[in-house]
Amino acid sequence: MNVRIPSPLRSYTDQRAVVEAEGSTVGALLVDLDDHHPGLRFRMVDEQGRLRPHMKVFVNADMVRDLETPVSRGDEITIMQALSGG
Amino acid sequence: MSSGPVLLIGTRKGAWLLTGDAQRGAWTETEPMFLGHIVHHAVLDPRDQRTMLLATRTGHLGPTVFRSVDLGQSWTEAARPPAFAAGDPLERSLRAVFWLSPGHADEPGVWYAGGSPQGLFRTEDGGDTWVPVAGWNDHARWADWAEWPEEGTPDGSMLHSVCIDPRDSGHLYLGLSGGGVFESVDGGADWAPLNAGSLALFFPDPEPEYGHDPHCVRLHPLQPDRLYQQNHCGIYRMDRPDARWIRIGDNMPEEIGDIGFPIELHPRDPDTAWVFPMDGTDVWPRTSPDGRPAVYVTRDAGESWSRQDAGLPERAWLTVKRQAMTLDDRDPVGVYFGTTSGELWASTDEGERWTMIASHLPEIYSVEFADPVDRPS
Repeated sequence: MNVRIPSPLRSYTDQRAVVEAEGSTVGALLVDLDDHHPGLRFRMVDEQGRLRPHMKVFVNADMVRDLETPVSRGDEITIMQALSGG
Repeated sequence: MSSGPVLLIGTRKGAWLLTGDAQRGAWTETEPMFLGHIVHHAVLDPRDQRTMLLATRTGHLGPTVFRSVDLGQSWTEAARPPAFAAGDPLERSLRAVFWLSPGHADEPGVWYAGGSPQGLFRTEDGGDTWVPVAGWNDHARWADWAEWPEEGTPDGSMLHSVCIDPRDSGHLYLGLSGGGVFESVDGGADWAPLNAGSLALFFPDPEPEYGHDPHCVRLHPLQPDRLYQQNHCGIYRMDRPDARWIRIGDNMPEEIGDIGFPIELHPRDPDTAWVFPMDGTDVWPRTSPDGRPAVYVTRDAGESWSRQDAGLPERAWLTVKRQAMTLDDRDPVGVYFGTTSGELWASTDEGERWTMIASHLPEIYSVEFADPVDRPS
């Protein structure tokens, strides 16, 4: 599956805006993403497995917070964040 | 090659290095590092004078630690950054790595990190992999001491001021805002509050066992039984084995008061310390009292204080955070402080005369003296 990476996380993907990852759930996909791009997952998921505030994950057009949400081949995953803070 | 001091500057929008010449009269500023990232603390290891750790996050990305052995030319992220244990019964997650302290001289590679909320973390490999200090984080009284899950301070509660007794690597002190000062004599396996004599005027009982707000705690390396703290409620000193703080801030001029964030100790004279008083009246502006900035120094362990404002603006409303004051080790000692308005001020004569050596930086969170084996190119 293609995963779209926002600019603040591209230091983990050699500046690539789109990378590939596998998994049957959003959470598994993020683990696979971290295997190939170490460190990325902890910047967006805390040590208790919760998506950090302001981090958003879309499966196709649907925003999901539950990392157990299933995904399948052909889905497009987009990671975004609200650039608030000033 | 210059033998001048290097200052590591952490800001709300990145980090900078400032290198002085041998006379400390000319300073060279690097390009920003981690531009846009919140940098709470950057510290060079005084043991190898080469390893620099930097505690960072952004408004959205989780906290982490980066490591450099070439003064910021290149950085490597910790393979296992500080974090509470997965499955933590209190479901804590670390919001920020707020404080970094190199470990004991006999334990190269050991560092401690203080977090927000008030977790304590330790590395034994120079900052690559970190583990929670279970004796603190899982202490049966932690939730009481840390006022969990309340957030007692505006930017979130934090653990800071990890002080290590140079005679005994297992003898540790730390500060909690809020929570108070705590001591361990067994390497962090168990802890006890150490707050008697200090005030917590924001409670009905102003002298509770814990719950205080020490802003900055320092131990003198040449007289390790001597502690100083700049507290939310005054300036204090303690000489162990006494276990009661003495309010030396009572000796400050009444119109100035003894409220502030940092306190810094002369590296060779345990009786000399510097503070930067701020306005703690009314709604606590935390700016220079009456808009007339000054550093105050004591040379008799707090019995008396002297104003040092030559060169500082006559009127300015400056705020200096708890990690934003530092001293070098030269003779005479250089004193430095950074403001939330992005100015860095220096004195090369122990505070007698001040000069601004950097300006227009983002909000300064931390300033640390470093004496690296190699200087920035």
